[in-house]
Amino acid sequence: MNKSEVSFKVNGRQHRVEVFPMARLLDVLREELQLTGTKEGCGEGECGACTVNIDGRIVNSCLVPVAQVDGSEITTIEGVAGEAELHAVQQAFIEHGGAQCGICTPGMVLAAIDLLERNPKPTEADIRTALAGNLCRCTGYMKIFESVVKAIE
Amino acid sequence: MDNPIGKSVPRKEGRKKVTGQALYIDDLSFPEMLHGATVRSPRPRGRIKNINFGGNIPWDEFTVVTAKDVPGANYVALILNDQPYLAEGFVNHAEEPVLLIAHRDKYLVEEARRNIAIEIEEQPAVFTLEESLAKKEIVWGEDNVFKKFLVDKGNVDEAWATADFIVEGEYETGAQEQLYIENNGAIAVANPAEGVTVWGSMQCPYYVHKALVKLFDLPDEKIRIIQTETGGGFGGKEEYPSLIAGHAALLAWKSGKPVKIIYDRAEDMAATTKRHPSRTRHKTAVSKDGKLLAMEIDFTIDGGAYCTLSPVVLSRGTIHAAGPYFCPNVRIHSRAVATNVPPHGAFRGFGAPQSIFAQERHMDQVARVVSLTPEEFRRRNFIREGETTATSQVIHERVDMNGLLDRALQLSDYHAKRERFALANSANGNRPFRKKRGIGFATFMHGAGFTGSGEVYLQSVVSAEATIDGQVQILAASTEIGQGTNTIFSQIASEALGVDFDTIEIVQPDTGRVPNSGPTVASRTSMVVGKLVESAVTALKQTLIGAGLLADGYTASGFRAACRDYVTRFGPLKASATYQPPPNIYWDDDKYQGDAYGAYAWAVYVAEVSYDELTYEARVEDFVALQEVGRVLNPVLAAGQIEGGVAQAIGFTLFENVVWKDGRMINNQMTNYIIPTPVDIPPIRVYFEENPYAYGPGGAKGIGELPMDGAAPAILNAIENATGTSFTHVPLMPELLMERHEQERSLVQG
Repeated sequence: MNKSEVSFKVNGRQHRVEVFPMARLLDVLREELQLTGTKEGCGEGECGACTVNIDGRIVNSCLVPVAQVDGSEITTIEGVAGEAELHAVQQAFIEHGGAQCGICTPGMVLAAIDLLERNPKPTEADIRTALAGNLCRCTGYMKIFESVVKAIE
Repeated sequence: MDNPIGKSVPRKEGRKKVTGQALYIDDLSFPEMLHGATVRSPRPRGRIKNINFGGNIPWDEFTVVTAKDVPGANYVALILNDQPYLAEGFVNHAEEPVLLIAHRDKYLVEEARRNIAIEIEEQPAVFTLEESLAKKEIVWGEDNVFKKFLVDKGNVDEAWATADFIVEGEYETGAQEQLYIENNGAIAVANPAEGVTVWGSMQCPYYVHKALVKLFDLPDEKIRIIQTETGGGFGGKEEYPSLIAGHAALLAWKSGKPVKIIYDRAEDMAATTKRHPSRTRHKTAVSKDGKLLAMEIDFTIDGGAYCTLSPVVLSRGTIHAAGPYFCPNVRIHSRAVATNVPPHGAFRGFGAPQSIFAQERHMDQVARVVSLTPEEFRRRNFIREGETTATSQVIHERVDMNGLLDRALQLSDYHAKRERFALANSANGNRPFRKKRGIGFATFMHGAGFTGSGEVYLQSVVSAEATIDGQVQILAASTEIGQGTNTIFSQIASEALGVDFDTIEIVQPDTGRVPNSGPTVASRTSMVVGKLVESAVTALKQTLIGAGLLADGYTASGFRAACRDYVTRFGPLKASATYQPPPNIYWDDDKYQGDAYGAYAWAVYVAEVSYDELTYEARVEDFVALQEVGRVLNPVLAAGQIEGGVAQAIGFTLFENVVWKDGRMINNQMTNYIIPTPVDIPPIRVYFEENPYAYGPGGAKGIGELPMDGAAPAILNAIENATGTSFTHVPLMPELLMERHEQERSLVQG
């Protein structure tokens, strides 16, 4: 298969890349655009470490062939914080122990933000369900749930 | 911030972690870097007959490394030095590294790896500890045994005759994958002129250093190991990184280019270490009033194909096998045996979760025989200040297991639930499929720091250096792997110096820059290395006071000025501290008697479960974790350690089943090796009793491994309470619950 041109926006910036169309979006973000905040944990859509937001929906970027995002708008962890301050979810993760080793954190933060955008007042069950596609081996999740709750306050 | 110890200071490196700026090993790239891969044995044991390079692959573009290319000694220097970096003619386990390849195109490397066929002339192999013990085949040394211990206190043989009851039991635990979310990885730059430098995801830079000195036969200063941000370890990055770092360095040495090796999940799960499977047999003598008279314990762990860390894992498991009880006569025989599976290794708890599982399941069985409740039987036997452990260590610290038990049972509403569940479980008696509930607990202890004389041999060092602008750098080899080293060390240093938390800078662990503070293992970072941080910065302060630049009651700006004056006038201001054991610690390595650990953490964990007779699903519905870990240095981080450890232990108990076939893990994917997700974990309610430890920084003891110990027996005790069935094996998968349940049902129906 030959390389072809794909163009899409990442964190508000337009990119045009010459890539194999079946390349994983995860690899294109990390290797072509040097956006290494998106992590690979399993490569099969189980762990959620590679979560990004495509056109308003969170997906596992290890399962997305780059051809599929032609014309899309993507947000990665690098695009979450404002110029001066962090997103409330990021700030809460720092203060309430939502991040330990940090490798699941980018995906977890994107999933939590996506939840709060769709459902500003989630119950604990809503939070658990919304984060069910993101695995963390350090925290036992308690402090992650707490961080999401504090971000709402 | 004034007096940061005891406060939930936010994680030091938190900001870069939540913004994606933290750089892990796979986030780094070097000019002209090659990608390396490991070609592994397809079979468990045998002679390497042939290696075929097939496919349509431009092999001449590849760097290929075999055992012949090793410049120094072809073994991973650790304890027995029996594990080769690359197999030489013979393999002892599936997935054993045989050769290494590298190329600049990482996708081509993967394709090339698939086109190399290693032909093995197979020899008989053993796959389980039973087969190894039965000497079905001798696969290691003369008897398949890596290490044995005997702990002998009092006279067990004489005690049997005096017993009113003798209770026996056998318990088993399975392998468990650490499953850090960041896979193993390393990047090496290596050449004869500059020596070898390796960056990587790791817990113990000086372990890697020691191993590479031997592998390359180079002087210490020619090997430099740098830890990059590490996405979880849990023991899985204790000894294994020595292997991957060596592999990357061998490829770099031969190719003359930087080489990166990153495992994908499947390779990481199939090839790297796991928790040692275990079997424990108990024989316990008890009097009719419920006093322990004698305990005979036989503890075996499966070490896999090479010795690696098995002797020390065995040691910790052995010492913890008799629990937090006083018993006058204890004999523990233990051994680590060889099988033809990838070597098992360090995993949080390090042998103790295995032997404590057996002990705490067994205590409930003995209680039943003696007709006491589980809590009353334990109360009659808890160790108290002045009494001795299995290794005859006199407990000098204040210990109040009864108080912990009272509080934990109250916090979990244990007695009321026990009654309520019993009623509800029997009330539904005639319905075909019921949901049953149960509650159970475990009481246990965990020793912090290296066992016995380990810390004395390690002679750990920490340095502190003040800069001209009054920043204080902590130089230690202890790694931040998520548990909070950076934050805790900063808290300890800032408290000891009376300066702001942000004044403290933790230097990236780099063997070219930091002294050897020992490995980041064994719940020793806060208690042992943290104490050295406290001592080093105190020495720094004393230097300033001695130089007349600082007086009592100084301010933060006064401290800055003193540093500036000192550095300007005298040059670099640096102080170091070396480990000193607490007084009156004595350990006999031959008899395995004495003060096994300087301090213990004490805990009571209570689990509430539901069991669905229709789906055979057992769920943990509520979990109370109460512990005494000395003083809590940072409540949020400490609770995070407990919650994370409990979640891993719930996985160990009900979810995580390594499926083996011919000595290889065949469910080496996150799709079919299941760890708990956000919807699987109950509320984990964490409580601390604080009892400051005189020899820990700010009064702290160790904490990291403790939470791995208690959940498995607490959950199975709760399942017995719910179902009336005593299970003796973890992981307790639904299949096993179904099998047992259907057996019982067919018995009832006759």
